[in-house]
Amino acid sequence: MSSVQIRDVRKSFGGFEVLHGVTIPIEDGEFVVLVGPSGCGKSTLLRMLAGLENITSGTISIGERVVNNVQPKERDIAMVFQNYALYPHMTVADNMGFSLKLRGARPEDIKKGVARAAEILALTPLLDRYPRQLSGGQRQRVAMGRAIVRDPQVFLFDEPLSNLDAKLRVAMRTEIKELHQRLKTTTVYVTHDQIEAMTMADKIVVMHDGIVEQMGSPLDLYDKPDNQFVAGFIGSPAMNFLNGHLKSNGSVYVETDNGAKLPLLTAPAASDGRPVVYGVRPEHLELASDGIEAEVIVVEPTGSETQIVARIGTQDIIAVFRDRHEVNPGEKIHLRPRASAAHLFDKDTGRRL
Amino acid sequence: MSTIQTSMPPGAAMGEPSAWARMKTNRNFVALWFMLPAAAFLILFLAYPLGLGVWMSFTDEKIGRSGVFVGLENYEWLWDDAIFWLSVFNTLLYTIVASAIKFAIGLYLALLLNRHMPFKAMIRAIVLIPFIVPTVLSAIAFWWIYDAQFSIISWSLIKLGLITQNINFLGDTSWARASVIIANIWRGVPFVAITLLAGLQTVSPSLYEAATLDGATSWQRFRYITYPLLTPIIAVVMTFSVLFTFTDFQLIWALTRGGPVNATHLMATLSYQRGIISGRLGEGAAIATAMIPFLMAAIAISWFGMQRRKWQQGSDQ
Repeated sequence: MSSVQIRDVRKSFGGFEVLHGVTIPIEDGEFVVLVGPSGCGKSTLLRMLAGLENITSGTISIGERVVNNVQPKERDIAMVFQNYALYPHMTVADNMGFSLKLRGARPEDIKKGVARAAEILALTPLLDRYPRQLSGGQRQRVAMGRAIVRDPQVFLFDEPLSNLDAKLRVAMRTEIKELHQRLKTTTVYVTHDQIEAMTMADKIVVMHDGIVEQMGSPLDLYDKPDNQFVAGFIGSPAMNFLNGHLKSNGSVYVETDNGAKLPLLTAPAASDGRPVVYGVRPEHLELASDGIEAEVIVVEPTGSETQIVARIGTQDIIAVFRDRHEVNPGEKIHLRPRASAAHLFDKDTGRRL
Repeated sequence: MSTIQTSMPPGAAMGEPSAWARMKTNRNFVALWFMLPAAAFLILFLAYPLGLGVWMSFTDEKIGRSGVFVGLENYEWLWDDAIFWLSVFNTLLYTIVASAIKFAIGLYLALLLNRHMPFKAMIRAIVLIPFIVPTVLSAIAFWWIYDAQFSIISWSLIKLGLITQNINFLGDTSWARASVIIANIWRGVPFVAITLLAGLQTVSPSLYEAATLDGATSWQRFRYITYPLLTPIIAVVMTFSVLFTFTDFQLIWALTRGGPVNATHLMATLSYQRGIISGRLGEGAAIATAMIPFLMAAIAISWFGMQRRKWQQGSDQ
């Protein structure tokens, strides 16, 4: 196990820079999730950490050692690929033991190492099978087994669950988290799925367009997003954003273009009339007669909760309720944002106010 | 709502469909009809000539005179014919040496072409040229290259001061054998290289990345990933390569006509010389028929080779 330091790392393909100076400290034993939309550079960063891509500038160190010019096999890392990358012509046991074999380990040691990893992942009955005889979830576990056998300093996961169906994904999520709690190996996990990030991470790194937007614990990011991008990315359904102007004549509130008043607890000083974006999560809206009038567009019951898409003036807003409400499309409802849970962002920069 | 009329006259259409009606909708029966044109074509132009050839090898047919059945007489005659056995030896030598070298060079080229490099598409196209040029045309080119007086190879070596007189490429038995093998390799390499390249491109790059992280050197990546994953396509391409080389005729005929002193006579050229030129169709057919066991053996080897790869068949235990 080791800490990992990513310092001011840049990456260019030809003349095109895709990572613009990324700095991420990762502590020993930490589970860090890199999350962001496709094309944000998270996979590239992971591949640079693995040694599959060159580092244009900046440094990456694993433990005390700067690994910029260290061969992948010398870095003592193991990676789980999105498509698992299992060797199709090798049995499960051979797949898992391949790295030990290359290292020149004795056959009985290979067998022992494979058996240990197989037991952790409940793969023992499958050791003689070939990858194509396995289900998606089993292949996923073999890929993890191949990583565990190595007993590496760092585990790298590159969107490992995106090829699985929804139910299996939830199960594997738990399994990976449990595995990490058991082995306590430093882990860097890349995903575009913010739910995976929220449920698994000790620390989430939200990336966007080659920069780190925010870094922190899952609930920090949820409660105090630094900017509008993070606010919109973390949480599902996504946070609602309403454009308006800040008013602070006695009481503070945000007035939307069509005159609706959105409540606030506090506001930055001397900012009367400033154009802002008012953010409120769907779960922080409640039905109240003194709320803002909205027209129901779509009602989506999921059983445990009800999602209502409603329109205020020209802006759509999503509300989620735990209890069931009898509302129909076309009806008028009154929604009141919870003032204590409201977020305020600068209209131009998107930064939190 | 009106009630739906369900009553039927007894014994009418709802009963068992007739045998013909069932036949008409049977997919296999329909498929049979669709296969007929292709089958007729194959029978007429492949199976019939093959059968005729085998039959002819048991007769003493000559050009212009239908033969009578003579049993194994042609084969007994060949059994004691030193030139026939020389042609068998030549064919095996030609096939084994040329196929092995074609495989080695083809695989090397394929690995090279599979890398990222400038003008990749153009280089791939150039590699295919020997394969596209008509055999006789390339044979004539080689004929000049190997010419006793005007050979460019001899000329170059003399100018370099390495030899003092022309090499008699097609006049000396050993040189002639080497020369036709080299010409065959030149022609055959593109087929092997391009087919193996196609096979290489089906190997997922992430397997190489995984192997790299597992600590494999580039030789180990070839040994443990590329080669095993390529074996199915190697089996197919080498079967074809061996069949084409074993039955080669054009190149030899254009370059040496089997000479000097039968040193480059293959079974195919000897069969042609005895059967068509000398007119002894029965004997020629017997030589051609004698090739069949060798070809069957080549096919059997690759077929059994493919059977062994369990990971591909993927039977669920």
